Amino acid sequence: MSESPEPSHQETGGFSTRGAEIAVAIVLFALGGLVVYDSHRLGSSWGSDGPEAGYFPFYIGLIMCFASAAIIGQTLLGRGAGRDAVFVQWQPLRQVLSVLIPAALFVLGIQLVGLYVAAAIHIAAFMRWLGNYSWLKSVVLGTVVSAAAFLTFEVWFQVPLYKGAFDPLSFLGY
Amino acid sequence: MEDIAALFHGFAVALTPFNLLLMLIGVSLGVIIGVLPGLGGANGIAILLPLTFSMPPTSAIIMLSCIYWGALFGGAITSILFNIPGEPWSVATTFDGYPMAQQGRAGEALTAAFTSSFVGALVAVIMITFLAPLVARFALQFGPPEFFSVYFLTFCSFIGMGKEPPFKIMAAMMLGFALAAVGIDTVTGQLRLIFGWHELMRGFDFLIAVIGLFGIGEILLSMEEGLSFSGRAAKINPKVVFETWAKLPRYWATSLRSCLVGCWLGITPGGATPASFMAYGVAKRLSKHGAKFGTGQLEGVIAPETAAHAAGTSALLPMLSLGIPGSPTAAVLLGGLLIWGLQPGPLLFVEQKDFVWGLIASMYLGNIAGLIIVLTCVPLFAAILRVPFSIIAPIIVVICAIGAYTVHNAMLDIWLMLLFGVAGYVFKKLAYPLAPLVLALVLGDRAEDAFRQSMLMAQGDLRIFFSNWLVGGMMGLGLLMLLWPLFGQWREYLRKKEAAAL
Repeated sequence: MSESPEPSHQETGGFSTRGAEIAVAIVLFALGGLVVYDSHRLGSSWGSDGPEAGYFPFYIGLIMCFASAAIIGQTLLGRGAGRDAVFVQWQPLRQVLSVLIPAALFVLGIQLVGLYVAAAIHIAAFMRWLGNYSWLKSVVLGTVVSAAAFLTFEVWFQVPLYKGAFDPLSFLGY
Repeated sequence: MEDIAALFHGFAVALTPFNLLLMLIGVSLGVIIGVLPGLGGANGIAILLPLTFSMPPTSAIIMLSCIYWGALFGGAITSILFNIPGEPWSVATTFDGYPMAQQGRAGEALTAAFTSSFVGALVAVIMITFLAPLVARFALQFGPPEFFSVYFLTFCSFIGMGKEPPFKIMAAMMLGFALAAVGIDTVTGQLRLIFGWHELMRGFDFLIAVIGLFGIGEILLSMEEGLSFSGRAAKINPKVVFETWAKLPRYWATSLRSCLVGCWLGITPGGATPASFMAYGVAKRLSKHGAKFGTGQLEGVIAPETAAHAAGTSALLPMLSLGIPGSPTAAVLLGGLLIWGLQPGPLLFVEQKDFVWGLIASMYLGNIAGLIIVLTCVPLFAAILRVPFSIIAPIIVVICAIGAYTVHNAMLDIWLMLLFGVAGYVFKKLAYPLAPLVLALVLGDRAEDAFRQSMLMAQGDLRIFFSNWLVGGMMGLGLLMLLWPLFGQWREYLRKKEAAAL
């Protein structure tokens, strides 16, 4: 999927690509620094019996810092992506979040009540609020998908999935 | 000749009813995966991988590679009928495929796309059949320095041939290497980069990264683009198929060129996506009707599809013969080999003859099965896309979560998948490439081992990488690739100066 040149709707606004670019590069720089730090702690030179544990990652971290510093430099000098490009506008961002936030809640749900119950709730809620389907349709489809997953994994393939801290389905005996 | 005998033995391995059934299931699943947004070859196979742990390795890889063929076919359906590339490598197919569908020539475009995909794959498989054993035999003499130089060349080619800004390719790649280093160091047994967080001891599994980066990331991107599927009707009848087949031989030169482009970019880790664009560009420049490209030219469908399939297939050559995958999907298949207890690399051709030749034979059979399935079932697959996104999206999120969990039965992995998903979305938007990240994550440990062993051999002397013509040549080529973007900038600079002087 190639990136379409984003129309510069000044009135709608959004995050600037420049800001996002620099923020990501700073995160990468920090991660690189972390790698360098820990590799140095483990020993990044030549031990008594050969290269130490941090020998290879040390240089990986260094190159990572170098590359991200170069990205920051290029962005500040105004090369690469257009200076005033918008990374994401507010309206599309809201749509992205409307998937991301339910997905995060879903993962939290798995942690608490297990994958099957969380999946049924996630699908039903998503259909009800984002797809404007009727309650009946949403709940039925959520339950059907979840039940199908249960049959496939627990019964046929005998791959147990996460049941959650509270395990509400324990009465099924799986 | 020996190889031909081995190939026929491979057909005997692949042609059991159970394996044929798996092939059909694999191709059908693959097409569905290829059609759905958010599921593609790499993460589709990553999700289904745990289900194959209990199968014999040969059957498992036959099914998984057939999913891959199916996904390659499936991308064309959405491109032509809906103007939405189901996979990145089918973007170039939309340029002429969708206009053809608008003119009511959808059947013709689809037939051409499927047939040329098949031709591309076939040429690549024939190449694999003859070349892979040779490469493997040659690579049997490789020591650690040679292997490291191959890794070096692979990763430098990403920088030299990638479309993305070189520093971003480098940063993404290093992130992959850094993530690969997390966990227990295999040589000294020390814990690296976990900062006291013992759940990270296992390290980051690349399957989780693939599911998150490609699966969740893709869903977020599709959501931002606000997809509304409104497609053309899909009808293919035998008459259209035969009429199109009668036209295809006319474009043999385009096909041949696209095959070459595809095979080349597949072996070197360019991958299917650049191959399809490059083949489209070449066809446009050399065709008599070049100016009409983009208005529904048959050639404009043939070129990218042939190249994408040739590249996607030949990406398996280095994976089989050297243990170095040429694409993220090949990397996932390689991960599968490790899980089934097979050591990828040149020894595979010696120790696991049944497996290798069974797989190669299944490439022939799987592509034939794929062609038949897609030609007969297009309307069925197109119907999947008419299911609204608000139903598809949550189901895909659930499937990704299941896939992430089953890799190690670890809850933490589901959270990591979510994190990788957000990272994948941001990286895609900022043109950080994902393929080098994934490949670095897969190959990180082995590249490091090769490097350390070479260093041990030479007592820390880097000159070992230039100690003979083979190693030196590959390292030299790698350095050339690494510096290639600089040459590009230099040329640009000269051109600007010239323009200023005029």
